Amino acid sequence: MSGTTLCDNTLNILCPMHLRVGFDGRLRHCGPTFRHIRPDVDMERQGFFDLFELVLPRRVRSVADLAAKAPARIKLRFQSPPRTSFKGMVLPVDSQDEVLINLSFGISVVDAVNDYALTGADFAHTDLAVELLYLVEAKSAAMDASRKLNQRLQGARMVAEERAFTDALTELKNRRALDHVLSRLCGTESHFSLMHLDLDKFKAVNDTLGHAVGDLVLKNVAAIMLDETRADDTVARVGGDEFVLVFPGLLDEPTIQSLAERLIRRIEVPLDAEGQKVSVSASAGTVMTHSTHCWDPATLLDAADQALYASKRAGRAQHNFFRGEL
Amino acid sequence: MHGLINSAVETFVREVFGNDLWQTVARRAGLGFTQFEAMLSYDDKLTYDVIDALCVELDRPRSDLLEDLGTFLVSHQRMERLRRLMRFSGETYLEFLLSLDDLPERVKLAVADLELPGLTLEDLEDGQFDLSCEQGVSGFNHVMMGILRAMADDYGALVLLTNKGSVNRRHVIGIQLIDDSFNDARDFELGAREA
Repeated sequence: MSGTTLCDNTLNILCPMHLRVGFDGRLRHCGPTFRHIRPDVDMERQGFFDLFELVLPRRVRSVADLAAKAPARIKLRFQSPPRTSFKGMVLPVDSQDEVLINLSFGISVVDAVNDYALTGADFAHTDLAVELLYLVEAKSAAMDASRKLNQRLQGARMVAEERAFTDALTELKNRRALDHVLSRLCGTESHFSLMHLDLDKFKAVNDTLGHAVGDLVLKNVAAIMLDETRADDTVARVGGDEFVLVFPGLLDEPTIQSLAERLIRRIEVPLDAEGQKVSVSASAGTVMTHSTHCWDPATLLDAADQALYASKRAGRAQHNFFRGEL
Repeated sequence: MHGLINSAVETFVREVFGNDLWQTVARRAGLGFTQFEAMLSYDDKLTYDVIDALCVELDRPRSDLLEDLGTFLVSHQRMERLRRLMRFSGETYLEFLLSLDDLPERVKLAVADLELPGLTLEDLEDGQFDLSCEQGVSGFNHVMMGILRAMADDYGALVLLTNKGSVNRRHVIGIQLIDDSFNDARDFELGAREA
């Protein structure tokens, strides 16, 4: 008897989560941590299978069955909530009608410390539970800091990308954004129309009235083009007074012709800039993929450019389609 | 220096002395920005420049401010997470002291690239200890002094700390543990019940 007591005391320190279970299914002794986490249960009067569901090993009906498999790994779960899981070992006890089971929380320790307000004293000094809990907290703090950094970087990246694709003066798309749009449309061989528009008499405005007035004109033209186009069209400023408009899925010549004429008419309306009337005009040329069957951005831009120069040669302030072969 | 250290210094200045002073310090130190990122690394010089700028602005000695920084790190409400991580070191202040040798390793487990100077605790018996700090990071011993003092309050221990100066190129802090349970310890549960 005293031998058993000494053994229990030693085990209580070394293995605060151990159980001795008789072949009759009664708990004969349990370590101090069990008393802490199930304070209302009179452990020594409990049936082992009333308290625990035996998850592993399977097909065990009695403690004697369990003893026959020992030493073995064991997995248990409380029958009543909180249904904490345990992992451990079941060991035979020489010449006695009982088994010794030593348990730990395993990975469920994170929940267990919250459910039972466990302290360091509930664990064996050699148990790495406290170190594990430290790591869980330290890692989640570090992850939080990383996540915040990632969010800030993500935000900054979006702003930078937006800036990289935007013409600073007119807030239209820039050349880089246009290349992006064209390579996407051409990559999928989607049909679209590409218009190249160039202001007439703009250089004279810049030279005689100054860049501030020139900038006003450009902003005004940009606003007109945005107003006349659809949300998924692309309007890009690709040079000083050069613009490229991309119309995905718009393949009707009369529609484009009247759009171009409307653009030119509105651009020609004199602008009141610092008390002076400023007037410019525009020439334009368009190429359409369904007539050329070409999906090479550089070739298409060149074709639109040829159509634009046809308009210029024919006396400016007009629009033409590319009629050649590619 | 790791961003975590820099942003801890920043939080210390902002919380204790106000955002305006932080802006002034950042300007005086020539940072060129006003917020450290905790998960990036910065040139060591920036950290020292910030500390120097703070000393000038407040007209206080460096050792003083660094000790306050150490106290802040483990006792201010904003730094509760760090306090909790420190408390995982042991159940009592004595256990905490005895685990200090492992502190740099513990820190590295959490953040692999965060290097702290090595710490060695020597037990001189009768509750006397010498903690020596490697001199890798200038002023770290003062920060450590503040941490030791604040953690003693946290554990409810009564200690006497003395700066024993530099021995064999290591800064030595003398610790006299007078009473391990002089006051009630502040709450600490292993499970973090976050609100």
